[in-house]
Amino acid sequence: MTTDNLVYERPEAFTETPTHYCPGCTHGVAHRLVAEVLEEMGVVNKTVGVAPVGCSVFAYNYFDADFVEAPHGRAPAMATGIKRVLPDRVVFTYQGDGDLASIGMGEIVHAAARGENITVIFINNANYGMTGGQMAPTTLPGMKTTSSPNGRDVETQGYPIKVSEMLSTLDGVGYCVRRSLHDPKNIRLAKKAIRAAFETQMRGLGFSMVELLSTCPTNWGMTPVASMKFVAEHMVPAYPLGDYKVSDAVKQIKVQG
Amino acid sequence: MQKEIIIAGFGGQGVLFGGQVLAYAAMDNGLNVTWIPSYGPEMRGGTANCTVVIADREIGSPLVKNPPLAVALNLPSFDKYEEMLAPGGTLVVNQSMVDRAPKRNDIHVIFVPCNEIAEEIGDRRLLNMTAVGALLTALPEIKLEDLEKALENHLPEKHKKLLPKNFEALKRGFVHAQKEWDKVPA
Amino acid sequence: MPKELWKGNEAIAEAAVRAGLEAYFGYPITPQTEILEYLSRRMPELGRAFVQAESELGAINMVYGAACTGARVMSSSSSPGVSLMMEGLSYIAGTEIPAVLVNVMRGGPGLGNIAPAQSDYNQAVRGGGHGDYPRIVLAPASVQEAIDLMALSFDLAEKYRMIAMMILDGSVGQMMEPAEMPAMREIRRRDYEWAVNGAMNRERRILTSIYLNPLDEEKTNLRLAERWNEVKTNEVRYKEYFLDDAKYVVVGFGTAGRVALSAVREARAHGVKVGLLRPITVSPFPYEALNQLTGQVEAFLVVEMNAGQMLDDVQLAVRGRVPVEFYGRPGGVVPFHDEILDEIRRLVSGPLAVSSNPRDSWLTRMYRNLKIAVP
Ligand SMILES: Cc1ncc(C[n+]2csc(CCOP(=O)(O)OP(=O)(O)O)c2C)c(N)n1
Ligand code: SF4
Ligand SMILES: [Mg+2]
Repeated sequence: MTTDNLVYERPEAFTETPTHYCPGCTHGVAHRLVAEVLEEMGVVNKTVGVAPVGCSVFAYNYFDADFVEAPHGRAPAMATGIKRVLPDRVVFTYQGDGDLASIGMGEIVHAAARGENITVIFINNANYGMTGGQMAPTTLPGMKTTSSPNGRDVETQGYPIKVSEMLSTLDGVGYCVRRSLHDPKNIRLAKKAIRAAFETQMRGLGFSMVELLSTCPTNWGMTPVASMKFVAEHMVPAYPLGDYKVSDAVKQIKVQG
Repeated sequence: MQKEIIIAGFGGQGVLFGGQVLAYAAMDNGLNVTWIPSYGPEMRGGTANCTVVIADREIGSPLVKNPPLAVALNLPSFDKYEEMLAPGGTLVVNQSMVDRAPKRNDIHVIFVPCNEIAEEIGDRRLLNMTAVGALLTALPEIKLEDLEKALENHLPEKHKKLLPKNFEALKRGFVHAQKEWDKVPA
Repeated sequence: MPKELWKGNEAIAEAAVRAGLEAYFGYPITPQTEILEYLSRRMPELGRAFVQAESELGAINMVYGAACTGARVMSSSSSPGVSLMMEGLSYIAGTEIPAVLVNVMRGGPGLGNIAPAQSDYNQAVRGGGHGDYPRIVLAPASVQEAIDLMALSFDLAEKYRMIAMMILDGSVGQMMEPAEMPAMREIRRRDYEWAVNGAMNRERRILTSIYLNPLDEEKTNLRLAERWNEVKTNEVRYKEYFLDDAKYVVVGFGTAGRVALSAVREARAHGVKVGLLRPITVSPFPYEALNQLTGQVEAFLVVEMNAGQMLDDVQLAVRGRVPVEFYGRPGGVVPFHDEILDEIRRLVSGPLAVSSNPRDSWLTRMYRNLKIAVP
């Protein structure tokens, strides 16, 4: 887990289970931000989370809220089912880039197109962490992974998918932004975005997603510090941070506190 | 003839490779052999183990509950395999990582200061080789020279410069264990 | 060729390459990923096609497309991924084209775990996909057998225009054993009379699985059934151990079979006349071999790493003439040989009755052995 100079206090929405993430992995940071936001909004006990298949498959061990665990890539479909029968609950998915942008691309696109009132936290770490570092749709050109041993060759292995840009073209989307978790300043910005995404859902303003550029020091073969640097120097240029869609209605939201 | 061996320790202690060296030596000696790792998320930083079965006939189960031979490179493995070992079996224990005496008296426990020996040789990563060398005391089917040949034949080219130190680690482990062997009550 | 120490998954990948694999389509999943990773390096090196698909759904349909051209192609996955491939398998079967698939099985149902299991037997052998279609299913128990069966899978699939699937549990995929690789076969793209590859100098061809007229679909089903009869006659494979004078016979495939071998040997050492039959093709199943044995034995013991799936096939063969007992470890647990030895002892000490559902008494014994309360 990251060791930024943030003063760390465990949010209440976070259970006491120690996380299983590798040192320097930003999954833990993302978990914490979501937990803090849910707690600040006072909605922890009306939240249902949908965990993915990926390193965060056990996300449900860390959030003190109800949770289900979806088949690989199908979290947006399960979330749709839950939200449609429990429209007053807060429903969110937490998905990796393999889960969301590869096998689950159909589900995420259609949930967004339908304007499902769910929130998606999308962890882009440029590889399949859990299965040992294979190429993901988000792997950078030339990047070595265990299934692109000579570096991702765009001729045979295609180009990275920019999910936020793509989904922002859909009318059902209320809020769709990209942030990063590589330093304290960006982590603060990420938290604000996560808040805005959940506020979008609370007001029924459509599909909301926050893409978070993340680290995978273990499979990148880097130290935690080097991996933060890699995000800043290589991921951010390839995946520019920014607001890809904030609907007019969402722009009106004023958050106090 | 059939012998089952479990090698266990922390991930990063070279547990899996230690087992593979034995497997290569057995194969080169014309024996049948299976090598099977524990696999899965628990391997990230946690404990790892592998089971090696050596036989002169078709091998049935590649796993064994009560092995006659085991190597424990850390304390949790010592705790576990001291209990699991077959009566009369031999357990090689990395003395550098444990601080207790054996509880059972119906098995041979050979203590080897693997970390210290490896550091004396000048490469901590060789601690697995010292333990594997020590194990040979109870595994007459494989000779020290067999292991050396196995390393020579199967170590990836880029690691070949490490061969002399590997040999030394195997040998020092073996010699240490032979001295210890005379001391252990059977 | 000299023996080398091969890891099961990598051996399968290299064996496929040497059998003339022209294209591989797959998706990562433990405990099978090494096949994909190995081929991600090896296939481009040989100028052959490798695609990491967006999903298993994508992968199997890439196989479907490539197989329609008559090329030698395959995919591999593990249980949850293979479930996703079932639609594609049904289409491939309905189109009557050859395709090869490897399932390195893990504990289920659902996401389950990544430990070795044999719980996809029914899915592989009885269907999984919709419709009435036969398929060849091979179950290796060792790295060498996996290598040998890999090449055979392609040959059988092409000979019978049928799916050939290899099922092995995760431990065979992760295990290393000395094994001999066959020599590299040349890629021979045969011009099958059905292959779709551009109607140059010939009538155009269409490959489809749609037969709107039920009578046509019925004829297709009959044709598949007829072809299956040929497979049943020619392709049954199994291995026997100590069967000559056996009064008790253990039946197990893959890893369960080889663990049983250890138990059978030990029981023999104590004078018990017990043997082992290890099916290598689980589809077609060695019914006749078991039928023959039924005259000679007092009881069968079926051992599986699931809750009793192949058990049904053994019961079909034995037809209630002698007791068939069951021992299984489902959920990703590999049995130790002494558990099977205990079961053999139980058989010998009798008395046993012919029961239509040996799973019931197995369940009772499981709760007792594991010391857990019946819910
Ligand atoms: C149907 C299916 N296919 C494949 C898998 C294997 N699998 C588990 S996690 C994973 C990829 C996870 O990568 P990502 O979504 O990027 O998450 P990360 O671990 O990087 O956070 C895969 C392919 C599976 N469980 N189910
Ligand atoms: S493998 Fe990568 S993504 Fe998974 S916990 Fe470790 S660092 Fe994080
Ligand atoms: Mg990822």
